[in-house]
Amino acid sequence: MPETGAKQNTAPIRTVRMRVDLWQVGSFLFAALAALPVLAIIWLALFPEENIWPHLISTSLPGYLKSTLILMLGVGVSVFLTGVSTAWLVTHYEFPLRREFEWLLLLPLAIPAYVIAYMYTDLLEFAGPVQQLLRSIFGWELARDYWFPNIRSMGGGILMMGLVLYPYVYMLARAAFLEQSPNQFEASRLLGHSQFKSFLKVSLPIARPAIVVGVALALMETLNDFGTIDFFAIQTLTAGLYDVWLGMGNLGGAAQIATTMLTFVVLLLSLEYFGRRRQRFYQSGQRFKAKTRMRLPGHHAWWLTLFCAVPVVAGFVIPVGLLVSLAIDYFDESWTPQFRLYAFNSLLLSSSAALIAILIALLISYTRRLNRHSRTMLVVSRVASLGYAVPGAVLAIGVIVPFAAWDNWVDSLARQWFGFSTGLLLSGTVFAVVFAYVVRFLAVSIGSIESSLSKVSDSMDMAARTLGYPAHKVLTRFHLPLIKGGILTAGMVVFVDSMKELPATLILRPFNFETLATYVYQFASDEMIGESALGALFIVLAGLVPVIFLSRTISRSNVVQTRRETL
Amino acid sequence: MKTVKLIAGLALATITVSTFAAEEVNVYSYRQPRLIEPMLDIFTEDTGIRVNVLYAKKGMLQRLKSEGANTPADLVFTVDIGRLADVKNADLTQAVSSDVLNANIPDSQRDDGGHWYGLTQRARIIVASKDRVNLDDILSYEDLASDKMKGRVCTRSGKHAYMIGLTAMMIAYHGEPKAEIWAAGLKANLARKPQGNDRAQVKAIKEGECDVAVINHYYMFNMLNDPKQVPWAESVNVIFPNQADRGTHMNISGMAMTKYAKNSENALKLMEYLASEKAQKMYSEVNGEYPVQAGVEWSDQLRMWGEFKRDEIDLTEIAANRGTAIKMMDRVAYDN
Repeated sequence: MPETGAKQNTAPIRTVRMRVDLWQVGSFLFAALAALPVLAIIWLALFPEENIWPHLISTSLPGYLKSTLILMLGVGVSVFLTGVSTAWLVTHYEFPLRREFEWLLLLPLAIPAYVIAYMYTDLLEFAGPVQQLLRSIFGWELARDYWFPNIRSMGGGILMMGLVLYPYVYMLARAAFLEQSPNQFEASRLLGHSQFKSFLKVSLPIARPAIVVGVALALMETLNDFGTIDFFAIQTLTAGLYDVWLGMGNLGGAAQIATTMLTFVVLLLSLEYFGRRRQRFYQSGQRFKAKTRMRLPGHHAWWLTLFCAVPVVAGFVIPVGLLVSLAIDYFDESWTPQFRLYAFNSLLLSSSAALIAILIALLISYTRRLNRHSRTMLVVSRVASLGYAVPGAVLAIGVIVPFAAWDNWVDSLARQWFGFSTGLLLSGTVFAVVFAYVVRFLAVSIGSIESSLSKVSDSMDMAARTLGYPAHKVLTRFHLPLIKGGILTAGMVVFVDSMKELPATLILRPFNFETLATYVYQFASDEMIGESALGALFIVLAGLVPVIFLSRTISRSNVVQTRRETL
Repeated sequence: MKTVKLIAGLALATITVSTFAAEEVNVYSYRQPRLIEPMLDIFTEDTGIRVNVLYAKKGMLQRLKSEGANTPADLVFTVDIGRLADVKNADLTQAVSSDVLNANIPDSQRDDGGHWYGLTQRARIIVASKDRVNLDDILSYEDLASDKMKGRVCTRSGKHAYMIGLTAMMIAYHGEPKAEIWAAGLKANLARKPQGNDRAQVKAIKEGECDVAVINHYYMFNMLNDPKQVPWAESVNVIFPNQADRGTHMNISGMAMTKYAKNSENALKLMEYLASEKAQKMYSEVNGEYPVQAGVEWSDQLRMWGEFKRDEIDLTEIAANRGTAIKMMDRVAYDN
């Protein structure tokens, strides 16, 4: 124990220690909460109704594995190529409509994968306008008279998911390219490397953490998707999981498959982490002059416009156009008074989830920064991100089990000690739904904020701390303004993803409670696409608002900051 | 301003609801709200009892199980005998005995112990292209696997409850080895990889991708009521299979009272209401399903298809064979 005389010396040190501990305690707590559903699933996996593996291995497992791998590989390559190339073009080249494409390229993110799958099926199937036109030209009658690529196939699945998932990569890669100082790139050019080679050797490796996060997010979405693969009859592991759970009534067996998928994801992510653990790139904030973008001579710049237009047209304009025309056809059936209420529910839940996810991600990422050599904090941040790798419906069970156990425990205590029943406090409430959203999408916000934060040089913290700023002030006064883009990205993606989330919402919600997604599902699940079109359109529109807001803020903050630097 | 008004309105609505809806009954439903709302609405109109519905498919059973004695649910609505059996086997239902229910619902359509009651019946019918199929070639489910049907049949996923129900029925009648030969034969006859719902199969016949499909009968009813889909429905003949022997395979939609129902009186009222002639008639008119209650007037469409011989097999026997059926579908690689 220090003597009382030394009070003035020890007090500040103790305060600092206390705060550091609080950061860690908070992080542990929230990470544990976020991991709770995953732990519940692992726990369920210990008690299968029947050992499913002998049956699965001898029948469908090889098929499930094969299609899962092909799908992930296909989507991975597709989102990487589309996302990185478009992000590079809009940050480093000048071409007609470039400023518009900065945000246009984000739009497909607002479309749920199953919706785009429905729309393209409507367009390209036998009864759709494309094949009708072909038949009227060539005089064919039946489907067996001619060959036409079947959209409901593995190729179709890869195409559809690639189209709506590439914005993850685009968004993170663009943020990374924007935050990159042009100095290194220019140095490479001065050393005689071509534009393309400099991109490969300098810009791409520096942006790698962000790109990897983007691809990983897209792949996890792919792994979890049920709507699209079910509609396209692609037999992935997720399809197998639902078979075992709902068909064979074996929840424990399904939880085992989920756990296997989880292990797979964790392995993938740690492999990536060990691959780049020795690399570190810092920027000193935005302390560089406005970028000069390359101009292609004459009309050649239009080729770049065309290139960027392809994913926007295919991933947004066409499906939304179809959606609008269907919504008009079925407007009278769909436009009901409850509609505004459903939209309000969706907005409220999604924005709450986004806000909470940002706060928790900030806490965890910053604590990790404060303890940068701590392996424990790395584990904490990864554990908090696990929810993203679990299919929504399974995650919902992971929420139901601990929540109901807690509710029933509190209830039994209340009965025992006070003689009254508290009933279910958390189960079947809006809170349970928001909790599920946060757990499911925390990985997105942690990924985005960590990758932004990692680019702020450590010397900034050291300088600020030396000047006597406490940890939380360093965060609010120095880091927040620098990582604003990352934070907004995080919030936006969580918001949009929550708007689209379906399976967990369905099973966790209270009585008589609809969101736009559950409303759309009612009809879409029966392939009544027309009736569901208006709702789907609203989901897309609601998702657009933050997309546009965000991209404007990103570009403006960039401009403002560069301007400030020049002054 | 608008937002403030909206929030105020919502708050007011919530208060009004909670003040005037003292009488209520809570339902967990596997059935889409639009399919049951018309009946629930007139129930509330007639009795003043408010019906709260939670609709979900995946995970409903787990939610009910986890909530245990504190569950708010009084009733469970579901389609497919398998799910009714699951709820009962998980010990989540209670025995209900009621003269009204027993009088209105035939023995074969309810649980012996009163744990669940059927509400409507759905026939698993065969549809065949009017242009390309000779009706003598396809008279039974067994014919789906015959050589004449090679490359001509379409169905939805073999793992779907309706296909599993059908396969479980084949197991019940023919035993596992013979049923597996049938399943493999059907698989070999498929014109395409199983995909889409029952409606999509009819569409595929219209488009010439296949000639024959097996579907639940009310999909025909739905298509005939949607101007865009009428041409699909009109391109096929409806066949009620196995009229020469055991009859057409029927499944049910039904209801069960939960073990821990808090509003059991109101729940019973709702059960009896749905079994009443008024509601049963609505089921046939709104959804095109067959009422379980004998003597209830059928809708025009059902009358047009006419009377047919129904398979009277005990539904619990079908439910018992489901596990075997789903593994069989895996073994014949039905969905690949």
